[in-house]
Formats: sequence, structure tokens, C-alpha cells
Amino acid sequence: MRFKDVFSIIGPSMIGPSSSHTAGAVRIGRVARQALGGIPTEANIRLYGSFAETYRGHGTDVALVGGMLDFATDDEAIPDAFHHAEQAGLNIQLYTEKKPVPHPNTVDLLLRSQADAISIQGCSIGGGNIEILKVNRFPVKFTAMQPTLLIFHTDRPGMVAEMSGVLRRAGVNIGLMQVVRESRHGKALTVIECDQPPGGTVLSKIGRMESVSKVRVIDLIGEGGRA
Amino acid sequence: MRFSSLLELGKLCEDESMSIGQLMITEQARESEQSSEAVFEQMAGYYGVMKEAVQKGLMDKPNSRSGLTGGDAGRVKAYADHKVPSLGIVAARALSYALAVSEVNASMGRIIATPTAGSCGIIPGVFVSMQERFGWEDELLVHGLFAAGAIGYVIANNSFISGAEGGCQAEVGSAIGMAAGALTEMRGGTPEQAIHAVGLALKNCLGLICDPVAGLVEIPCIVRNGFGAVTALAAADMALAGVTSVIPSDEVIGVMLEVGSNMPERHRETAKGGLAQTPTGRKIMKELDRKGPST
Repeated sequence: MRFKDVFSIIGPSMIGPSSSHTAGAVRIGRVARQALGGIPTEANIRLYGSFAETYRGHGTDVALVGGMLDFATDDEAIPDAFHHAEQAGLNIQLYTEKKPVPHPNTVDLLLRSQADAISIQGCSIGGGNIEILKVNRFPVKFTAMQPTLLIFHTDRPGMVAEMSGVLRRAGVNIGLMQVVRESRHGKALTVIECDQPPGGTVLSKIGRMESVSKVRVIDLIGEGGRA
Repeated sequence: MRFSSLLELGKLCEDESMSIGQLMITEQARESEQSSEAVFEQMAGYYGVMKEAVQKGLMDKPNSRSGLTGGDAGRVKAYADHKVPSLGIVAARALSYALAVSEVNASMGRIIATPTAGSCGIIPGVFVSMQERFGWEDELLVHGLFAAGAIGYVIANNSFISGAEGGCQAEVGSAIGMAAGALTEMRGGTPEQAIHAVGLALKNCLGLICDPVAGLVEIPCIVRNGFGAVTALAAADMALAGVTSVIPSDEVIGVMLEVGSNMPERHRETAKGGLAQTPTGRKIMKELDRKGPST
């Protein structure tokens, strides 16, 4: 089932004009910002397909940037996102590309901050729903409609048991889990969709595990934005 | 969710003696591990946004960011109130309210995607006008939104709801089917009648292409939302009168998938065909390009 609940059909509450080109874009921008772990200083946006063809009229550009500023989909400041970005010291570069992509509405985002960098490939599949298909070079597939952990680590035996053990002890149920690695013993990424928001204790326990380099939480649920 | 087709949905409602709306509330509560009250509250909040958008569209008469559209909702409302609309005042109001919400959407105002922003006017147009007409409490309308959501859930998972994937039939068509089924139920129809309304409505939308001028959610999207609200009223009336969809509604949804999958890319939101590529459509696109980015 691509669409899992009633609010993926009725909803989101959003700023127009397009659920796929505007609301979906806000969410992809927000996923990227949360994957970076803070406000970026530099954003490189590459639009493909229908995103590239029609971004101006749909405000896809302002929506992506609004998401990077952690705006929710119905934040009335979205139309002025470029202005807010300038004030926040976020430098934006936008390109349109032609190469074949998995979905008509696809974007590659590369975000940098003083401390870190992340790249995300996201698709907007309709009705404001999104799929994240790449994090850095790792192929993944998640919707961000559940609190989602991104755990960056190196491949070693026992990792999966240890990570899931921390979640089990905290009473957090795993809805979906993906483990992707570059090579045996190489860099790896684990994506875990949780049925309950993982608390701070879970994050710090996983963060302290051997061979984990960083943990990020993607959480668009409350759509609270601008915390 | 315990259903993936309209047939299964209807059977569950029958077995558990529930309306589609009630069933969807319990299903959603279970799926999200929230209370029925919490789930209901969220939907009630969405209905509030829909009513605000109707008011905003009629009062502010917002122009779109491109400047191409705006003010048609107000024109139709004034005509409905002061002249003699062929549709009758009720359907003419539904039409103007649907246009109002779509115009708010085009002006980058706040709306609820139902199921998408391109089709966001149809359900508010039908719901708000029928609430005024019948004096319904909000509670019934919120139940109606759950019914609409259940229908949309089946359509989305068996076909599509975005113009980029399946053409306008997938967006405006889905919204009309959802509104028709929900209205049938709110008017006292059985789940079976509501499900027939979905099939009747969808049959009238099959093959509708997505050909927005300059790629914007304006021309022809806004007027199609107006037409959509009126079509939903007609489909609900037919279903309540006892008209059935001889081709079962699930099979009609299957046809939407077949037609949409075979639709050429130029007719799926790319602005490379249809109205977007008429001489006037091309001229508008060129002028907007000359004006430069929206930001």
C-alpha cells in the first residue's frame, strides 16, 4: 500500500498551489535539513522532470527552501522563504537537469553546514506524500510519515541486534528497517521507521554504540515546524 | 486498514453495521494508535481550514501569483445570488465555493489537499454548500470527510491520485468520486449506494488529461474544480435515486489505472500537450518565462 492512512488522502494542510510540487517539496526540504541535523549554510538544489519544468509557477523552489528552514507545509511564510533564508545565512544554488530519474517529480539536495554535509534524493509521489530514495550514496526507500532514524555506521556483525535491542528496551516498535552498506566492513546506513517517537535516551544510546558515527531523526509528524 | 477495495469496504460496513465514515475513524485510530477522538479532532481542524478557504476565496478574491486567474468565484457567487443560474442556486453555490478554494490555492494560500491541491476545491465546494443548505452540524461533515478519505484511500492504492502519474482523472476525478460517495452517505444513503456513486462519478472523468497551461495549477484546474463539485452532486443524486454503476466501482478504478498508465507523458502534467500547447497556452507560457522566476 503506497498510501497508508486517511490523512495521506485528506490532507496535508498546506500552502498551495500543488500538493506534489509545493507541499511534497516542503517535506523533502525538511527531511534533508533534519538529516543534516541543523540549519544549512549552503544548499544545492537539482530539479528533474516536472519539478524542473514547472518549479516557478508551483513555488517548488520556495517550498524546498521553506522546508530547509523547518517550515511546516502550511506555514504562511513559505512564499517568502528566500527572504527568510537570506536572513538565516543560507546560500542557495538551483539547477534544472534533464537526466532520467525514478519519478517525474524528483529533486537532489546537497546541504552543507559548518559541521556536516548530506545529500538526499527525494520524489514527490502525489498528495504531498514523498519517498526518499537516496541518502548520500546509499539507496533507501522511506516516506518520512513515521519518525525515522538514520544511523550512519560501519558494517560489523551484531549491529542490527544491538540497535533493535535499544529500541526494544525503550518500547519502540520497528515498522520498517533497511540496512545498506557500501562494502563489507565499509560505511553503512541503517534506516528505521518507528511506530513511536524515539526519545533522547534511545538516540544517545545508539549514538554511543561502537562504529556508529552519527544518528539523525526525521520527524515530520506533528508538522510543527520552526521549533 | 482492513480493506483494499470498495467491495471489502462495503462488506465491512455491512458486517459491523457502520457507516463508511464511522468505519474509517476506527480504522484510522487503530492504524495510528491514537484515540478515535484525537483522529476526529485532526479532521475537524481540517474542515475548519476548508471553511476558511471558502470564505477567503469569496471575500478577498485573491489573484494567483502569476496574475493569470482570480475573481471567478466571486463572479459566480454574485451571479448565483442576484441572477437566475440554470443550475439552480444550490449547485451554483457549490460551484462558486469550489472555485473559491481553488483560487486561494493558486494564490499560495492555505488549503487542505483533497486528495491533492490541484483538486482541493471539490470537497469543500460540495460540503460547505450542502451544510448551508441542510443546516448540518460540523460533526456530520467531519464524518463525511472520513468517508471521502476511505474512498480516496482505495482509489490511491489501486490507481493514482496525481496528475503527473495518471492525468487529471486521477486528481479531479478522484476528488469527485470521493465527494459523491461522501455526500451520498451524508444524505442518508447506504454504504452500497455511496460506493455506486463513486463508480458513477469516476466513469464521467475517465480519460481526462492533465494539461495545465504553463504547468500552473490554474488553467484549466480551477474551473475543473467548479465543474467537479457539480458533477459530484449529480452522481450522489443518481445513487440516492437508486441508479447503480453496472460496472462495479472497483472495476472502474481499474480502468482509471489502465487509461492513466497508457496516457502519454505530454498529457500528464508536463505542460507539453493539450491546452498548454495551444497557441494561446504557449503564448502565456512565453510571457511568464519572460517575467522570470516567481521568487
